[in-house]
Amino acid sequence: MEYVIEMLNIRKEFGSFVANDDITLQVKKGEIHALLGENGAGKSTLMNVLFGLYQPEGGEIRVRGEAVNITDPNVANKLGIGMVHQHFMLVENFTVTENIILGNEMTKAGIVDKRKASKRVKKLSEQYGLNVDPNAKIEDISVGMQQRVEILKTLYRGADILIFDEPTASLTPQEITELIQIMQRLVQEGKSIILITHKLKEIMDVSDRVTIIRKGQGVGTVVTAETNPNELASLMVGRQVEFKTVKGEAFPKDTVLLIEDLTVADYRGVEKVKGLNLEVRHGEIVGIAGIDGNGQTELIEAITGLRKVKGGKITISGKDVTGKKPRKVTEAGVGHIPQDRHKHGLVLDFPIGHNIALQTYYQAPISKGGVIHYEKIAEQAKRIIEKYDVRTQSEATPARALSGGNQQKAIIGREVERDPDLLIAALPTRGLDVGAIEFIHSRLIEQRDRGKAVLLISFELDEVMNVSDRIAVIYDGQIIDEVLPQDTSEQELGLLMAGQSDRKTKAGANEHV
Amino acid sequence: MSNRTTNLLVPVLAVVLGLLVGAIIMWVSGYDAIAGYAALWDGIFGDLYRVGETIRQITPYILAGLAVAFAFRAGLFNIGVEGQLIVGWFAAAYVGVAVELPKVIHLPLAILAAAAAGALWGFIPGLLKAKFHVHEVIVTIMMNYIALHVVNALIEVVTGGSERTERIFPSASLRSPFLEALTDYSRLHYGIIVALIMVVVMWFILDKTTTGFELKSVGFNQHASQYAGMKVDRNIILAMVISGAFAGIGGAMEALGTFEYVSSKGGFTGIGFDGIAVALLGMNTPIGVVLGATLFGSLKYGALNMPNAANIPVEIVGIVTAIIIYFVAASYVIRLLIERAARKKEAK
Ligand SMILES: Nc1ncnc2c1ncn2[C@@H]1O[C@H](COP(=O)(O)OP(=O)(O)OP(=O)(O)O)[C@@H](O)[C@H]1O
Ligand SMILES: [Mg+2]
Repeated sequence: MEYVIEMLNIRKEFGSFVANDDITLQVKKGEIHALLGENGAGKSTLMNVLFGLYQPEGGEIRVRGEAVNITDPNVANKLGIGMVHQHFMLVENFTVTENIILGNEMTKAGIVDKRKASKRVKKLSEQYGLNVDPNAKIEDISVGMQQRVEILKTLYRGADILIFDEPTASLTPQEITELIQIMQRLVQEGKSIILITHKLKEIMDVSDRVTIIRKGQGVGTVVTAETNPNELASLMVGRQVEFKTVKGEAFPKDTVLLIEDLTVADYRGVEKVKGLNLEVRHGEIVGIAGIDGNGQTELIEAITGLRKVKGGKITISGKDVTGKKPRKVTEAGVGHIPQDRHKHGLVLDFPIGHNIALQTYYQAPISKGGVIHYEKIAEQAKRIIEKYDVRTQSEATPARALSGGNQQKAIIGREVERDPDLLIAALPTRGLDVGAIEFIHSRLIEQRDRGKAVLLISFELDEVMNVSDRIAVIYDGQIIDEVLPQDTSEQELGLLMAGQSDRKTKAGANEHV
Repeated sequence: MSNRTTNLLVPVLAVVLGLLVGAIIMWVSGYDAIAGYAALWDGIFGDLYRVGETIRQITPYILAGLAVAFAFRAGLFNIGVEGQLIVGWFAAAYVGVAVELPKVIHLPLAILAAAAAGALWGFIPGLLKAKFHVHEVIVTIMMNYIALHVVNALIEVVTGGSERTERIFPSASLRSPFLEALTDYSRLHYGIIVALIMVVVMWFILDKTTTGFELKSVGFNQHASQYAGMKVDRNIILAMVISGAFAGIGGAMEALGTFEYVSSKGGFTGIGFDGIAVALLGMNTPIGVVLGATLFGSLKYGALNMPNAANIPVEIVGIVTAIIIYFVAASYVIRLLIERAARKKEAK
């Protein structure tokens, strides 16, 4: 059989912990091969082994039938293996071309020939339908475009085996559709793809075969056409899983969060929230639906005190918190699962236990009279790690060493356990496996049932539809409409999110009279 | 290989490599390296007097190292330890000569004055960093020059035109007849005890206090710290103030122990800059700083014996000690090599 990649009986240990235990992955030429597994199952580790970032303790790697020893990423590059990391590695104020040739400059007598490079980038971009402007600056292009630059980078270096580690986690639905088309184009041109994703739908849509790993061990490989999402999920978890979140009726009571005429500018001074009004009550989950960049980030940052408010008023349980410092807002009863977990949610170099204490470290019983008791931090951490199924070696493991999904579970545990009156959850399930998503959704609903208020911000329509009791549609810095999930459809919501609100068109019509 | 063993092995290997290259340099220049190192060893441990002097030399290095390490743990690069040490030296000496008080008050007061002066010198770059995002490296370098010239001018003012102050009153002195007698009348003074207390203070602040938790958090990730409700600006300033206070106390060791006066300086003492390497060598931990300072102090003092006892010119001695220090400072290269070797072994 013509396998381009064979990873046979791979074993990778971190200290005494076995992250990959006898995993076998065989990729055929020209296929899209999905890699599926729970958070912390060992997918990224396996791919890092293939890309030469980690050296395996056991097993064999064959590329195009030949046994190889991939000692570092340069070796991987030479073998035609390219990796698109989840966290892009691009220089913000460089152009697309400059980023692509970085470290691989074509020189003419020691001088970088940018014109020639730019032409080649353009040609590659056209060949694969990537639509990238070689001369655009990275800081000016969208996340989806930046990802394409990463793809181009691997192609430019001659990769014909591409690894995508959770490429769709930070993309909008539109961008996801486009990425899928790009991947299909790539395999048509003879490339092979290994795709890591937690979204079963994507696996069903694009992959040819799926290899499943569970807790570091290989479970097996199935042909996509012969399986279904339910079977995949149970193979992955090791037991039958229920997809649907069970949710009773909501009984909203008095107001917790009240936002009146809020105006907020982004870091460049451009107004992103423009006179926004919103109310969230005890005992309900309000979902904010909208396309990325319509003011969601600025709205949350304004509520939580991370960004200055230009105008308007924010009250929490009757207390005015407009322009208050983050700690004051937190103490007014707000919990916040931040959108960017590496930037705001975690101190990556701290142990995960310290991170779990990040909002409570200064209070009794952890701190008393300015003295901090690390054994109390450890106690609290152990409890939350257990309860939220955070897979980590111990509470002393650096947050950096946890898998993406487990980092997120630790943050969620930290915020929910404080039992805030208002829980702001921004993209809370980004990068989580189906089981964990289900778990998080249940926690949010549980908070609601206990009479707390939940504000959910998500770019995923089905998440907003399934979890919210009420959906507020944000467009261009305003809530342009409110709908009930049972009265709407994904199509209607999609149109609303694109700004096609009834109210708005009416208002527009009036203006033109 | 476990992290612990690597952490231990790296500095040891660095010193050994430094000694080797130093030996080669001595040989190439036509000097007897064995005799040279014997003289160095003798200069450090040769007799009680030298041991006493070596410990005395180590004392300010500990404090300078603590200052750099403390700032570093809070994510700041304090290049200004030199200047903070100089103003601390002056402040302690000034308090020492200006008043005469009972020892229990006078000595602590003089040390506190030095700490306060160093803290002030750290506060300014801290404030500029926190409020205006001016990089602390630039400001602290400038503050070093300001310290040097301001102190020289102040000495003239307080002495009415002289180049050095009077001797401090005995009530402010760290001198210890007991320690002197013990070490064959070296200048060893109680400063080493002050320095070791400060080592405990740094450990306590970083590892036992709520403030220490915040400082470390801010040092690693300002965004997440702000999100968690910490006052990032306040923590940056505080880190620089505490760091400066350590450096200032380092100056007090010279003012109240070794010299008992302050004199006009033609240039920097170098202790503050060496503190950077001390902290690096000690991997910014309190205990590590003690070890790093011991290496530095010993080399600095022991090397003085090399020209006399082994006829090696001062210049070559300077190069040899610098090379040892250089290897230690560049120990990350060694770390890299070890890790690479370990990986190779793993791959097999
Ligand atoms: N550098 C490391 N040191 C120690 N443990 C590690 C390290 N990297 C990963 N691990 C551990 O190995 C396990 C597998 O991690 P990995 O990142 O491969 O998971 P994953 O399948 O990619 O999960 P996710 O879907 O959440 O990204 C996790 O338990 C993680 O804590
Ligand atoms: Mg992963």
